[in-house]
Parts: sequence; C-alpha cells; structure tokens
Amino acid sequence: MIRFILKRLLWMIPTLWVVATITFFLMRAAPGGPFQAEREIPADIKANLERKYGLDRPVGEQYLRFLGNAVRLDFGPSYKNPGRSVREIIASGFPVSLELGAWSLLFALTLGIPIGVLAALNQNKPIDHLSMGAALLGVSIPDFVLGPLLIFVFSLSLYWLPPALWDGPANKILPIITLGSVYVAYIARLTRSGMLEIVRQDFIRTARAKGLSESLIVWRHALRGGLLPVVSFLGPAAARIITGAVVIEKIFAIPGLGRSFVDGAFNRDYTLVMGVVLFYASFLILFNLIVDVAYGLLDPRVRLT
Amino acid sequence: MNVTAATARIESGASLWSDAWRRLRKNRMAVVSGFVLLVIAFLTVSAPILPGVSDPNRQDLELGAVPPGSGHVMGTDILGRDLLARVLHGGRISLLVGLVATMVSFLIGVTWGAVAGYFGGRLDNAMMRFVDVLYSLPYMFLVILLLVFFSRSVLMLFVALGAVQWLTMARIVRGQVLSLKNQEFVEAARAIGVSHAGIIYRHLIPNALGPIIVYATLTVPAVMLQEAFLSFLGLGVQPPDASWGVLVNEGATVMGLFPWLVIFPGVALALTLFCLNFLGDGLRDALDPHLRKD
Repeated sequence: MIRFILKRLLWMIPTLWVVATITFFLMRAAPGGPFQAEREIPADIKANLERKYGLDRPVGEQYLRFLGNAVRLDFGPSYKNPGRSVREIIASGFPVSLELGAWSLLFALTLGIPIGVLAALNQNKPIDHLSMGAALLGVSIPDFVLGPLLIFVFSLSLYWLPPALWDGPANKILPIITLGSVYVAYIARLTRSGMLEIVRQDFIRTARAKGLSESLIVWRHALRGGLLPVVSFLGPAAARIITGAVVIEKIFAIPGLGRSFVDGAFNRDYTLVMGVVLFYASFLILFNLIVDVAYGLLDPRVRLT
Repeated sequence: MNVTAATARIESGASLWSDAWRRLRKNRMAVVSGFVLLVIAFLTVSAPILPGVSDPNRQDLELGAVPPGSGHVMGTDILGRDLLARVLHGGRISLLVGLVATMVSFLIGVTWGAVAGYFGGRLDNAMMRFVDVLYSLPYMFLVILLLVFFSRSVLMLFVALGAVQWLTMARIVRGQVLSLKNQEFVEAARAIGVSHAGIIYRHLIPNALGPIIVYATLTVPAVMLQEAFLSFLGLGVQPPDASWGVLVNEGATVMGLFPWLVIFPGVALALTLFCLNFLGDGLRDALDPHLRKD
C-alpha cells in the first residue's frame, strides 16, 4: 500500500512536467502576447514591461526559470491583475470553487445513490423505467441550459432565490443544484448497474439463506460492493465538476477560480493560466490517488501494487 | 473442416448484425429516438432550402423580439431574426461538430489503441502510460487554451475536441485487440505474409467493431455537449454563425425579457442529446449483450 502511494506520488512529477511543458510552449507559440493591447502602448514602455516580467529573455531561459519557480510553488505575479500574485488569486478563488464543487458532489451522491438502489430493487418495474428515463434526461440537459432555466423560474418569476453572487446560503442553492444535477443522473445509473451485478452473487444468496432481513442485505452487504462503480467514477467526476464550475461561475457571477482561469486565458495572463492549470492538475492527481486508495480499501479483491 | 461446418460459420458470422438489428428494433425507445434524430437531421440539413427558414441572419430591426406565434413559430430575437431558422441552422453546426470531432477521435483512438495492443511490450507500456497521463489532466482547460490562443474557428474545434476525446476509445480498442491478437485467424494472416498494418486494419479492427461503434455513438453527444459548452463561453462558433451553444448563451443574457430565446435552443440541444444517448444505450444492448446493463 505504502509502496503504491509512493509510486503514484513519484509519477506525479513527470506528469506535471508534461503538463507544464505543454502549456508553456502552447502559450509561447500563440500569436500575440500579454502586453498587446487594443490601444498600442509605446514601444519603450512595452519593452520595460517585458523586461520587468523577464519576457525579453530567450525562451529556453524563461522556460527553465519558470520550472524552477514552479517547483517552489511560485508562479510569479499576475500580468493583468497588478499587485496580485498568482498564488493569491488561487488562494482566494479556490476555496469558493471547492465549496461549490464539494456541495454539488454531495448533493449528487445523496440523491443519486438512493435513486439507483430503488431502481435496482424494482428492476424492470415502472419505478425503474421512470427513474432511469429521468436519469437519461438529466444527463442530456447541459448545466448551462439548466442554470438559466432555474434562474428564470426561481429568481425572475417566483422571486424565491437570488439569481447570482456567493454571499449567503440562499445564493448557493441554485448553483449547487445546477452543477450537481448531471451527476445525480450518472450516479443513479452507476449505482443501479453496480447493485444489479452484486445482488446476483452467491454471498447475497447466503445472506438471504441465513434469514437476514432484506433491508440489512441491501444496505449492509449489497451496497458496499454495488457502490464500487460510483467510487471509481469520483475521479472523472471531480475533473468534470472543475470544468463545469467554469460555466456555473460565469452564469451565477461567482468569484471562483474557474472564472479567473477563463478571464486569464482571454487576457493572455500567462502566469495566471499556468498557475491554475498546474494547480488543478496536481489537485486532480492527488484526488485520483485518494480515490484509488479508497477503492482498494473497499474492495478486498483489489490489491494495490 | 467439412462443408456444413463452414456454412454454419458463415451464417453465424453474418448474423451478428442482423441479430443486433433485431434486438435494436425491439427496443422501442431506441427506435423512437433514432426516428426523432432522423427528423432533426433532415430538418437541419435541408434548412437552407426550406421555405421561410433559409436565411438565419435576415434582420428585421423594426420587428424586434416577438414571442412565438403566427409568422414566427419560435418567435424572433432582438434583431428580429427568426428563431426557428437560427435553431435549424445552429443545429447544422452542432451536429457537424459532433460528427466530425467524433471521427477525429475515432481515427486517433482506434489507431493508437490497436497499435499499442498489437505490438505490446514496451511500446504498449509507453503508449498507455501516455494515455494515463493525459487522463489525469483537466483537459478542457487545454482545449480552452488552444481555442483562445490560436483561432476560434470551427476547424480548430474539430481538432481540439477530437484530440482530447480519443483516450477512452484507445483503451477500449487496446483491450479488444489484446484478446483477439493471439487467435488463429491472426496467426493465419501472419503466416501468409500479411503486413502488420494489414493485420491491424483488415483483421483486428473489423472484429472489434461492436464496442467501437457503441462507444463512438456515445461520443457524439459528449462532443456536442462540449462544443456547446465552449460556444457558451464564447470560445466556440463565432457570430454571425451560431450553434445551439451560442444561441443558449445569447438567450440566457436576455432571459428575463424574452425567455423563448433560451428555451427553444436549450430544448433542441437537450432533445438531440437525449435521443443520441438513448440510441447509444440501445445500440450497446443490441451489439454487445455482455455489456448490457440490465
């Protein structure tokens, strides 16, 4: 187990290096630069700016210096937010995005798992068809369609909830539902198929034969194995939630990291973009590692090597 | 092998597809979805020659935004452009991006997975490690970077979306090839001197087509969703062209006043994705009974 974790942590280094290199040269290859404004700035001011941020150096030197700083988690100052470092922007935006994402995932799990169990226990009955049809519908409605619709109904028509910002609990309800609903559907489908596979196995028949109550069989024995597909979905789900949050933060005007990233990309704020990409890549790798470890603990058949 | 056995083999070989077709036809929802998709495809493809909706950009500034009703089935937008025409023409772009980007991912993924699985060993290890590395990335961020820094053209969308969608396809094909490559027919092909490329493309991939087609079908809605996502951010299709994502984005900004501008494109997108997902599920059940999620 320890060896597995160490090996994966070591793999993180080349992975992050690949990410950093791809992103770095992608941005250097792109036409235009951070100080190319609509209104032309005088050449000597531009030269001063470029000197200040080290952009006048050879690309190779910039690359090495960037790598060296990144190792120390120093991504430099943001080009377009004067006086703020990339680290500060990440530190202020990420907690908001994390809160949004974590609540959405929690919302999806608490709703999706019971629906999936219910559908599996009533296989091929109306309740199964109904919930799986609804799940497929849920997968098919993009969050950026659902978000505006929810705002229209609950904010602009019924006046129940605020349509934007991230100030109090009332502000957070609509974004969390919007971002989480797609995953309710995915998780319900995964739970259902996982449960159906498990309830046919011998140990469930044994449990039944020794006279355990049906609810004990379902919640104690079957669910543990039946949830394994859901656990392995958590890794990709986290990646998609991070991406999805970009749009949700735009729709609901939430000051999260996703929005900073898109703004940074549009403004060619190289340092900010690099910082966010590397930060999220490390976050995802660590999250996937935790998921795999949890999977190994839950499934006795899996031996981590 | 005697004659009857040979005939039997030919029959069972040919009946995979007819079997699948029979199973698919029994799945009523999948058939309905397929039919709805055909209607949507027909309407969007023939939009330029249909009366009344041939020009999605014709403005009528005096008219402005009118709600759905006579003359304009889905109403008009702020510039007085007919929404039905814009939805149909937007659908052309959305569907085109979905299909072409799927083709791109199909070509890369199938080749990558087949080569890795067929040659095995160190090459396989290196190629699949590369896939693992890419898997753990927030790849949409890279797509966003590609589109921002280079060009926001439809062509770039094809490349960027196709280039990030092939990973799962590569894994599926590799798994299939691994289980096929040691069978006798491959050995026979090798014995009569068929080249590596010939074995991969003529013998291995055709035998793995079932799962490949199923996954490709499910890739189309995924790609369309991503295109809409990017267009919603203003990174995909650029005005005056419009995909469904662009229309939803435009509609969302004026939703309080003219709700139909977000509702109709949103419904068109959701309905198409719903049918594609249903058809993909049905195809999976029909072509690949092992994977059946019953």
